[in-house]
Amino acid sequence: MTSVRPQSQLPESWLKVTSRGLYCEPGDFYVDPHRPVGRAVITHGHGDHARPGNRAVLATPATLAIMRKRFGKDAGGALDEMAYCARREIGGVGVSFRPAGHVLGSAQVVLEWQGCRIVVSGDYKRRPDPTCAPFEVVPCDVFITEATFGLPVFRHPPAEEEIAKLLAARQQFPERAVLVGAYALGKAQRVIALLRQAGYDRPLWIHGALQGLCDLYRAFGVELGELRPATGAAKKELAGEIVLAPPGALTDRWSRRLPDPITAMASGWMRVRARARQRGAELPLILSDHADWDELTQTVREVGAPEIWVTHGNEEALVHYANSIGRRGRALALIGRGDEGGEDEQEATTEPAEA
Amino acid sequence: MRRFAELLDRLSYTAARNAKLRLLADYFRDTPDPDRGWALAALTGRLDFGAAKPAMIRALIESRVDPTLFRWSYDYVGDMAETVALIWPDDSGARDQPTLGAVVDHLSRAGRVEASRLVADWLDALDATGRWALLKLITGGLRVGVSARLAKTALAQRGAVPLEEIEEVWHGVTPPFVPLFAWLDGDAGPPVIDLRRAFRPLMLATPLDEAELDRLDPAAFRAEWKWDGIRVQLAAGGGEARLFSRSGDDITTAFPDLMERADFEAVLDGELLVARDGEIAPFNDLQQRLNRKKVTAKTLEDFPAHLRVYDILFHGDEDLRARSFDERRARLEAWHAEENPARIDLSPLLDFGDWDALQALRNDARANAIEGLMLKRGDSPYVAGRPKGPWFKWKRDALTLDTVLMYAQRGHGKRSSLYSDYTFGAWRPREGTGEGTGEGDAEEGDELVPVGKAYFGFTDAELLQLDKWIRDNTTERFGPVRAVKPGLVFEVAFDAVQRSKRHKSGVALRFPRIHRIRWDKPAAEADRVVTLEALIQG
Repeated sequence: MTSVRPQSQLPESWLKVTSRGLYCEPGDFYVDPHRPVGRAVITHGHGDHARPGNRAVLATPATLAIMRKRFGKDAGGALDEMAYCARREIGGVGVSFRPAGHVLGSAQVVLEWQGCRIVVSGDYKRRPDPTCAPFEVVPCDVFITEATFGLPVFRHPPAEEEIAKLLAARQQFPERAVLVGAYALGKAQRVIALLRQAGYDRPLWIHGALQGLCDLYRAFGVELGELRPATGAAKKELAGEIVLAPPGALTDRWSRRLPDPITAMASGWMRVRARARQRGAELPLILSDHADWDELTQTVREVGAPEIWVTHGNEEALVHYANSIGRRGRALALIGRGDEGGEDEQEATTEPAEA
Repeated sequence: MRRFAELLDRLSYTAARNAKLRLLADYFRDTPDPDRGWALAALTGRLDFGAAKPAMIRALIESRVDPTLFRWSYDYVGDMAETVALIWPDDSGARDQPTLGAVVDHLSRAGRVEASRLVADWLDALDATGRWALLKLITGGLRVGVSARLAKTALAQRGAVPLEEIEEVWHGVTPPFVPLFAWLDGDAGPPVIDLRRAFRPLMLATPLDEAELDRLDPAAFRAEWKWDGIRVQLAAGGGEARLFSRSGDDITTAFPDLMERADFEAVLDGELLVARDGEIAPFNDLQQRLNRKKVTAKTLEDFPAHLRVYDILFHGDEDLRARSFDERRARLEAWHAEENPARIDLSPLLDFGDWDALQALRNDARANAIEGLMLKRGDSPYVAGRPKGPWFKWKRDALTLDTVLMYAQRGHGKRSSLYSDYTFGAWRPREGTGEGTGEGDAEEGDELVPVGKAYFGFTDAELLQLDKWIRDNTTERFGPVRAVKPGLVFEVAFDAVQRSKRHKSGVALRFPRIHRIRWDKPAAEADRVVTLEALIQG
């Protein structure tokens, strides 16, 4: 790298924001496109990043397994696996994966072209998670980050404390079930693994929608202990037990089969009381697979990138922070994200499902 | 402090009454004195810290975090105490957390500067939930959905002492209630207190369901006007007298004109009003006397206090509460005839043969200071709380009016992402045009002027619809407020219309609430200011 780069080598000249998502021009591929494209590189299996119908897909083995499970034949045309640390050249652009610590198989995409390295981190967190490989810091010229929890009010407490809250509530109300709302990919398995780490060895009861991904996690070597289907269990049997279900099932008729359930919701949004109340949580558990404010700012500092591009969430605060420590912060206006009033709109109407 | 914070946190998310009672009862069982007593005081609104003001908290946080990030965060969270609790630099574990007792003890003796230092140290020591609880505690306003009654019910659930007995001593015991807890634990007898001039819990009425009237025997009931003042208890004896609000707050010093002459021996239940030469003034006048610690001679002269009594609880040392309403009424009348006290008169009993006759009385009741009717069983003893059956309140029908939504403001707390506070207006001729009577539908040359504000009376589903409508029809934005185009009609219910200097329209509605959202009605057909003016009382 020289101090004065020709125009063609500015990072935005070869990695662009388009109506289909982030596009790498010399490699002719997209990262996490939200509409079908010729070639897609996918960071992880959540629905707002991995979509069906791309002609060619490059992803980690676990991410591809998740996509096959979710989309079946529509997972994509040519499905190409690449493990963490392997490297590939696509149209002269070096492409490799490093763990993002978000969910099983989640990767940061490292792109290298003409001496410039851009890291597309996808969604990530920095805390230990028994169900996936930990985030690795990759020094780079441009770091592209999410900002889901990009306000300093978001500071997730230690996961062990939240699990202890869950176990204490179960003891205080032995005649009730504790119903934990947790997203089917990642959060549910993490809650289960954390309960096991805390020494809870009773069977856990799960909603049918969680079964497939729990099986998949096990196939990738994640220990989850004994799981039983909650559907079909007698009401009496579930008193004093912990039941997991996708967030949508909490207020669904499905939950009426449980004995007077204590509704627990596992999400980073639970940090803010109004959000927790809007979700109808009686026991909010602040458990997130996204980086909190401290992790975001720590990462921005550690990767050392002079340019920080912020994709989604509360981007203005993180851009403000990056600028305040002498980096060039920039909000990427990715299609499908909120406008200036969008912060509110998003809160009120969208499922904070993957938080 | 940790346990107290956990309790508040759980209570704030728990809706079911029985679950709340369990949380409270477990806390009172497991927490030592004096912390549990201070917690009880906090939950029942019996703690007040003069030294800790929201402005102080704001100054503390602004010296610690980037003001821009703080502003964005507050805008997002919607609650000052919570924002500060969440954003405060986390250093918990570095120091010992204070106990609730220590917080109360130090803060109650601290001056302003000292208080600021103490609070900063505690915020450093606590975690986010602890900080939230501390800030709620010291700024007054826990809002965790626990009434004093519910807290006392949790105490009674321990089994040693029934709720009625706890209520009876409640206003004679003071925080941190160590003798009270000793009694509840079975370790001591009832607390020794002077009950002669203590507040006795009031008997309250339930709203009448008109469908039930047919099942009630008119001959068993007595009827009185329901006065539009504030319910008070006057306890006098031994040369001293006290006046209590319905929640038991001592408001004696605010009403010297009434209290200085209360030299009798009785505990009375009645309505505090403002009256001139026997004529009851509108509630607006009474408001000039409320919420003031000191009163000027002019206020006393302009707004003379008056007590209209309807029950007697004690005569001398004799407790009359177990007697029937009819017996107490007879004693009350005899007492009044004998004492003939200044500024105190009797609320008359109303004659009626059957419910239809009473209904007719109620319909005609549009006079000042009458809100409707009270129905009381003649055989009812005076029982603390709100028993269903013996006493009913039968309010007159609310007035309604069609108004036009003008401004919407984002709510706070649970509604912090939703436009939930509404300012609505009525039509009048634009100033300067001076034409016509201002009647009929709105025309060109008419303008909307605000007449009131409401934030309840709609369902959660309607709130979402309203929020969307407001976002789609915004014409201007001022911080958390949006102006909208005049296109949505609210049918607003209210109890009365008063003159107002605050509103541009010159009128204000009392107790306005959204009665119906008239998605169907054109804004031009909404009501006019002249219609409201015709309803002004007094």
